[in-house]
Amino acid sequence: MNFEIPKKFNALINQAHQVATEVFRPISRKYDVAEHEYPVELDMLASIMDGMNDGDLSGGAGAAKLKQDKNDSDTAGVKNGSNMATVLGLTELCWGDVGLALSLPRQGLGNAAIAAVANKEQLERYKNTWAAMAITEPDAGSDSASITTTATLDGDEYIINGEKIFITAGGRCEAIVVWATLNKSLGRAAIKSFVIEKGTPGMELVRLDKKLGIKASDTATIRFDNCRIPKENLLGNSEIDTQKGFGGVMQTFDNTRPVVAAMAVGLARASIELTQSLLKSSGIALEYAAPVNNSLACEAEMYRMEADLEAARLLTLKAAWMADNGLPNSKEASMAKAKAGRTANQITLKCAELCSTLGYDQSQLLEKWARDSKILDIFEGTQQIQQLIVARRMLNKSSSELK
Amino acid sequence: MAKDKIGIALSAVNKFAGSPLVNKLKLRKPAEKIAYVSTRTGFQVISSASVKVQQAKNFFTPADTRDKQEAALFDLSLSEEQQLIKDSLNRFSSEVIRPAAHQADNDELTSEAIFQQANELGLAAYSATAEYGGYSDTPSTLTNVLIAESLANGDMGIACALLSTVSVANALTRWGTEEQKTSWLTPIIKSLDQPQALYAAIAVNEPTPLFNPNKLITNVSPTDGGYKLNGKKTAVAIGDKADFLLVTATTPNGRQKLFIVNSALKGISIKPSHNMGLKAAELCSIDFDNVQLPEDALLGDDRFCYQTFIDLANLAWCGLAVGCAQAIQDYVVNYCNERTAFGEPISHRQSVAFMVANIGIELESMRLLTYRAACKAEQGLPFHREAYLAKVLCSDKAMEIGTNGVQLLGGHGFIKDHPVERWYRDMRAIAILYGLHV
Repeated sequence: MNFEIPKKFNALINQAHQVATEVFRPISRKYDVAEHEYPVELDMLASIMDGMNDGDLSGGAGAAKLKQDKNDSDTAGVKNGSNMATVLGLTELCWGDVGLALSLPRQGLGNAAIAAVANKEQLERYKNTWAAMAITEPDAGSDSASITTTATLDGDEYIINGEKIFITAGGRCEAIVVWATLNKSLGRAAIKSFVIEKGTPGMELVRLDKKLGIKASDTATIRFDNCRIPKENLLGNSEIDTQKGFGGVMQTFDNTRPVVAAMAVGLARASIELTQSLLKSSGIALEYAAPVNNSLACEAEMYRMEADLEAARLLTLKAAWMADNGLPNSKEASMAKAKAGRTANQITLKCAELCSTLGYDQSQLLEKWARDSKILDIFEGTQQIQQLIVARRMLNKSSSELK
Repeated sequence: MAKDKIGIALSAVNKFAGSPLVNKLKLRKPAEKIAYVSTRTGFQVISSASVKVQQAKNFFTPADTRDKQEAALFDLSLSEEQQLIKDSLNRFSSEVIRPAAHQADNDELTSEAIFQQANELGLAAYSATAEYGGYSDTPSTLTNVLIAESLANGDMGIACALLSTVSVANALTRWGTEEQKTSWLTPIIKSLDQPQALYAAIAVNEPTPLFNPNKLITNVSPTDGGYKLNGKKTAVAIGDKADFLLVTATTPNGRQKLFIVNSALKGISIKPSHNMGLKAAELCSIDFDNVQLPEDALLGDDRFCYQTFIDLANLAWCGLAVGCAQAIQDYVVNYCNERTAFGEPISHRQSVAFMVANIGIELESMRLLTYRAACKAEQGLPFHREAYLAKVLCSDKAMEIGTNGVQLLGGHGFIKDHPVERWYRDMRAIAILYGLHV
């Protein structure tokens, strides 16, 4: 057993940290205030990121590299691959700014979805496409099996109809991965994902939402009105296998949940570090010496937060490690997301509290982080959805038994 | 002369093969196919087809380099040895300890038979190196944590009783001088197959609110040729059985040290104390009234680090917490699936299911923090912060899981037909006690 991060990731972590420090932090407040303004600084960065991700690391990192590794017989032993690399990279980027990290071109959740279910030809076709992810509808959020957006085969084309909301990077991306049903009466097995490129007739950007936090990231509502796409844009297999249920489309989540957990870990660490340094300037230094009950109340708070953060971090690494090694990690991915999401929210809120008005006014980023963190306990499955998934696995219950 | 590796292996095999427990616990499964050999870090399983080749490999491959290569990657898998120790002790735990737990709690006593069986398994021998009669070359903190976890999965009180002497062996191995190891450690290991095994215990806690192990009331003052020990210790596991004690005390210059104290010395009075839980651990209060200690009673030399001693004590309790939390989790999962209300299993209700999910999430959190701290300790890396945080998390979450375990069973959780009320009482100890060492 070894819990320390292998040296081979040092370069990647350092690069991501430099981006966070030198690019994200200086413009963090600017795009928090100027919501919906395009962060032009990121275009240059995106090309650098592409280079980083295709670099010499085993398998690379980034949304497009997320994949459940099937155990290759030729590579015996333990692997630390692209899932771990992505988790480590995103932790650092989100230490800088969550909203900006979500706005990085070609690092969208849609790219993760493509990586998870696309065939070889599709992987090649969408290699350089910035893809967002569209699942949620006005009347279907966590209950993603009840989406009403339809895909109807007409000759060599699918016709998409419906409305999608809460699409992260929906305004800026080049394509959208849309969940739609081939046949509503066949339930979740008929839900497939489709790539719809921007500019396709019948696709309309309805609006961009104003939000509590992560304002640097655009969140779009998009309507599809008889939007025609080539049938090759259906990701994965078009057959409706009622045995397999959600099959492919849900696989995405096992790989992206640890990444969102990693984002929460990065954000929470930023908040703790800044709070520690502010406390230090007031003469309070953490020494981890006296038992927690013999410490000052604020020290005890800090120790508990650090312990929770460490738990979130290790759960996240575990889920990524399992994915890298081809182990089914659905329970662990949800555990990581549940723990990291709630922990980041609690930590950022408590840090704002401990720092008094320094935590509440805009002189520091603490109040922003306390707003940004809330989304991490909501998107990619809310706290409650994660608990439901974990509980079903632990209790061995189906979704019809434990609703 | 110290045994060489083959000698150590043979003596371990011998000990194992001779124990009726091996059959009873199905460790011989099937005997023709598996031979147990003890090498550097403990048990090793070898399939008979390749016994000779494997043995040769194990004896001639320097294990250190092998470990280091593996350590380069983030890896959550246990070594073969650790897995085997875990499996064997889990079986001991479920087939011997758990069935005895209720009675032991009631009697406030861990039976002779259980001590004997633990000795037959050579529990303490894995805490000592070959020179002192033990099985291991290098003490493994993680393996010690895994042992605590496995035993506490059966019962935390009995685990405490069994780990008391083991902890003293761990502490002597890590901190003792050559002479101290020869005088105190070797006899423990040698006594394992004697009719009367030696017992020992570590005394840290004192009867004061907000007890802080860095501010002890128990103290020593120098005398001609030794020390005079005064003070009072509480919650010392198997205190009345212990042939000798490791006692923490403040020295005149305000530092905390450990002293090896023969419990037969004049001025020592030991009384059983009755506690909320951990009853099978036979916790005792001990008074020290001008106890005259020889000069070599001071444990170790300049390399002794009291903070590290406390960190390793904390990790022992974290290991116990993880084992007990796992027992609670397994129990409530079963119960909530079987108990019906309003026409369906109560596990079909989110308010119930989410409590179970959170037990799972926080238990895994406890486990990962504990293992990481233990791994860093074993790798020779600084691990104080990690151990501290593991203790902080385990203290809170152990009790949370303990109380939710009872809650999920409702009224049934409150009566002694189910073990959850005992686990509730035991878990309260995690944040409080120190007297163990991994």
